[in-house]
This record gives sequence, C-alpha cells and structure tokens, in this order.
Amino acid sequence: MAARGPSITLRERASVAGRVVLAAGGGYGIAALSAALLSLALPLARPEAVAAATLSSFVLMPVIAIVVFAMRSLRRAALTLAGIALVLGGGLWLAMRGAP
Amino acid sequence: MKGRFRPSMAWLHTWSGLVVGWVLFGIFVTGTASYYRADITHWMRPELVQAAPVAATDLPKAAERAFAYLETHASTAKTWFIGMPRPDRPLLDLFWRTRPGTPPGHVLLDPATGAEAMVRDTEGGDFLYRFHYELHMPPLWGRWIVGACAMIMLVALITGIVTHKRIFSDFFTFRRDKAARRSFLDAHNVTGVLALPFHLMITYTGIVALATFYMPWGVTTAYKGDTRAFFAEAGWITAPRPPVGRPAPLAPVGPMIAQALASVPERLERLTVTNFGDAGATIVAMFEEPHGLAHTPTHIAFDGTSGALLEIRGGDLKPAARTISTLIGLHVAHFADTGLRLLFFLCGVMGSAMVATGLVLWSLARLPKVEAEAALGLRLVQALNIGSIIGLPAAVAVYFLANRLLPVGLADRGEWEIRAFFAAWIVAALIPLARPHRRAWSEMSMLVCGLCLAVVAADIATIEAHPLRRLGEGEALFLWFDGAMLALAALFAFAARKVARHRGPSRVEPRREPVLAAPAERVRA
Repeated sequence: MAARGPSITLRERASVAGRVVLAAGGGYGIAALSAALLSLALPLARPEAVAAATLSSFVLMPVIAIVVFAMRSLRRAALTLAGIALVLGGGLWLAMRGAP
Repeated sequence: MKGRFRPSMAWLHTWSGLVVGWVLFGIFVTGTASYYRADITHWMRPELVQAAPVAATDLPKAAERAFAYLETHASTAKTWFIGMPRPDRPLLDLFWRTRPGTPPGHVLLDPATGAEAMVRDTEGGDFLYRFHYELHMPPLWGRWIVGACAMIMLVALITGIVTHKRIFSDFFTFRRDKAARRSFLDAHNVTGVLALPFHLMITYTGIVALATFYMPWGVTTAYKGDTRAFFAEAGWITAPRPPVGRPAPLAPVGPMIAQALASVPERLERLTVTNFGDAGATIVAMFEEPHGLAHTPTHIAFDGTSGALLEIRGGDLKPAARTISTLIGLHVAHFADTGLRLLFFLCGVMGSAMVATGLVLWSLARLPKVEAEAALGLRLVQALNIGSIIGLPAAVAVYFLANRLLPVGLADRGEWEIRAFFAAWIVAALIPLARPHRRAWSEMSMLVCGLCLAVVAADIATIEAHPLRRLGEGEALFLWFDGAMLALAALFAFAARKVARHRGPSRVEPRREPVLAAPAERVRA
C-alpha cells in the first residue's frame, strides 16, 4: 500500500476500494447489529440497555474500520467481519425470538 | 504484522483525513462559532441590545399573548414552539409546523404587547449553528453527511494517535525555520496533540448528540422504532400524549406557567404545545438545565384542557441515560462560563487549524520535485483547500457584513444574508483558480483580512449606539465582537505575510522517500 502514483496496480486499487466499502458497510452493519442485540440482551432496564448499546456501538464502528485496514488481506478482513456479523446476527435472532 | 501496522495506519490517517477534510473544516469553524451563538445572534439584532430584560413575573402574561397570536395565526398547526424571552433576546420566539412540505411559521413578538417585534429579519448565529450539523441541506442529507464525516474523523484521530510513536515529544516540537512542510507538519501535530482530548471528546459526543438518528436499531428492536417512547421511558421527556379526536378549548395558560415557575428555580426556556384544539392537548414547559456537566433540562407537562400538572421529568436519570446527557452536555458546553467557554472556543480554533494544516500538508507533500506540471489530483486538492480554508471565513465575514449593510426593510432579509454567504463562498473559491497557487493564498488571506476589517467598519458606521461613538458608553458586546473580528483580521494578515515572504518554493525541497504519509516518515527519520 506504500506505493503511489502510476505504480499502483489495478489489484491494489481494488483492494483499497474493497477495504473502504468493507470498513464503511461492515463497520456500520456490525455496530447496528450490536446495538440491536445489546438493546435486548443487556441485563438492564429497557431504556438503560438501549442507551448503553447505542453508545457502545459508536465506539465499535471506528474500531471495526481500523481493523479492516490493519488486516493483512482483504479476504481475511472480510471473513473476520462476516464471522462477527454471523455471531451477532444469530444472537439477535435468538433474542428477538425470546422477546415478546 | 508489526512492520506493516504503523504504515497502514499512517496511510489510513492521510486519506481518511483528506476525503472529509473540507467538510470537516466547515463543521469545525461553524461549530466553534456556535459556542457564541447567542452572542452572534444578539450582535446581528442590534435593535434589541438596549432592550430591558423581561422579569419572571411577566412571563405568564407574555405566554398568554403568544398563545393568543398562535390561536389566530396557527390554529391548524400540529405543534407550537414558544421560545420564552432570554437576556440576549428579550422577545417571544414563535415557531410552528403546519404539515410536512410547507415551510414552518416563525415570528418574533414583543412580550409586553404581543405585537410583532420591530427587529431586522436574520437567522443570526442559528444559521451557523445549523450549518454545523446540517450543512444548510435537507436535514436528512446534511446530518448523514456530517455524521459520516465525524465517524471518519474519529478514525483519522485514532490512526493519527497510532501513527505517533513519540506523541509526547511531538508535543514540544515546532521547527519554524525548517522547510515549509516541516513546520506545517509540526503545526498539524501541535494543534492536533495539544487539544487531542478535546478533539476526541467533541467528535464522539457530536455523534452521540444525534445518537438515535444515526443508530436507531436499538430503538427498533427494543421499542419497535418508537423513539419518543424511548426518550420518555429514559426520563428525558414527558410521556407523549396522542390526540383524543374530540375538540376542546385550551385552559388559560397563565396559571400553568406561574405554577411551573414556582416549582423550578431555573429559567423557563421554551413551551411546546401539541394537539392544539383537541381534548388531548398538552403543554410542556422546558427549563434551562441546572448547573453541571449533564444536559438535563427539567420538563413539566400540563393537560391543555384542564390545566392540571401531569408530570415533571429531568434530573433523575439512570446511569446510561445520564451518560448520554453528560456527553451531549460536554458537546454543547452550556455549563461553561466566560473563561471555560473561551477555552472551548480556542480548542475549536485549534481543531480548525488541525484540519487546515492537515489538508495543506497533503498537498505540500505531493508537490512535483521539479518545475513540472502538477497532477490533476493535486490541482484539485489545492483548489478545494483554498476554496474551503479561505472561502468559508470569507463567507462568514460577508454574512456579518450583509447583516449590517442590507436595507433593514428588505423582504426575506434573513434569506438574503444566507445568499450573500454562499455567493461570497463561491466567488472566493473561484478567484484562486485564475491565480498562481501560492500568490492566491496570500492574496485571498489579505481579502479575508480586509473583509473582517470591513465588518468592524460597517458595525461602527451603522450602529448609533456603538460604544466607540458614545465615548465608551453602550453595550460592550459590540466591542467584544469587533475585537474578535480584528483578531481574525490579524490572523489572516499574518498568514498572508508568511506565505508571501516564504522564500524558496517548497517544491525543490529534497525528499528522502516517496511520501505515503508524512507522520510515518517522521517516525523513521
């Protein structure tokens, strides 16, 4: 990623573009999933759970974005995010089934 | 991993900072000005500066006059908002929405008579305040753009910290005499690091201020999307009451206001009336927040038809809700008195400078080594840099100037001030395209300096009660405002001089390596 100017290959450009999309979409998606899940799952009063979950999601998003850019390859970053999203999504599905 | 982490963070810092830098500069500058929003509005309505403040005992009668006006002029509106007289605006500020799509109604009334106030039409500091989070766009668009920029700013801040191995010694490093790029880098580091706690706080709390707008999914799952139910259950607002569907007249509002004033020591700030004309009408009195970090204003709800007190909310918040209130309180800094407010303001100025130096640094680091034609991307960045860093201050100065120079009776005067703002911005962004880049910086800086001086001159020339024309008598606000404009003029004159006197073109400065990000280079140098 250190190179710049005409020496950048198409592959590198695609990798950067992919990371941008993954950091933005994946970062927001995981933050949103965690906000939705924790709002139901945190052992607090309902408004407290929602407030705490929403607050923490804003810390999670930049962290995810940075992780995406720090990972060795785009594939690995995508797989990591997909794994996290799967766990959160599964938890949310269970929590929503349990909710009245 | 270890060898790659820091360069990739430096890369992320450089590029994330660049893509949002121009918008971020606007958000920072208008947000910084918003610390003095009330003072700016006050200055822009000079007719009111001498007006006597309204006594608390006159507020119930004033509220009844506001209701009388709204019952004749806004009886079809769903919701009324009545801003009660304040020390800096001793008028009733009426606002109502009829239905989506039609422009909202807005009028200022004299609290003593109930007649429309004779005051020049202006958005005042509210325009800068709303630009800060909506960019004068449709709210949905503006808020999402600002939120995305804030999130990317958060990423740029964190990666900027990671990039600095020697964050403590950078704190004391300013190599003024070295090449331009070095001193810009140091200026970027100093303004970034010195006020770093402020930058992190203001960015995160700014996102939190619109938390359920950006991240509604917790409310979606736990409250089926009913944000007001969440707010009410958390204790921020009184419980929303739906319309009953049966018409009923309002009870006299004066006694309700008197009762509210008797139970809360803070200043009454605003009344909100919902479901006017319906048996479910509700009147909510909102008070200024009690002194402290948290933004926890007291709300008192009254039944509109019977006048009975329904509930009192605010203050008694649980930890997470109180955390949100405190974060928002930190962002808006209503708790700050004169000295602390000035500190917040200066931190905001440093944030603006951090963004500006970062943007300039990007373009300086990419100047061609020889007298070659600059690449298209570089030219674009240069044009946008000068267009925002010079264009926005020029636009703000013209906004103030328009307030003093436009005829007082002009129709849509407030709108014309905003048009002047954007016209000036466009012109100030276009002129540099026709000039050599370095010359453009110094010329445009001098232009901003001249515009700031013109604001002071116009202020003295048009305001008869100006202290300088009355041998020191009169409102000190004018002196403070003009002093701030003079300081800005000096700042831009200094910048113009620096750019003009800077000798060697920095483009021949030797570079040891292809720059991927300047801070990373520093670390290895």
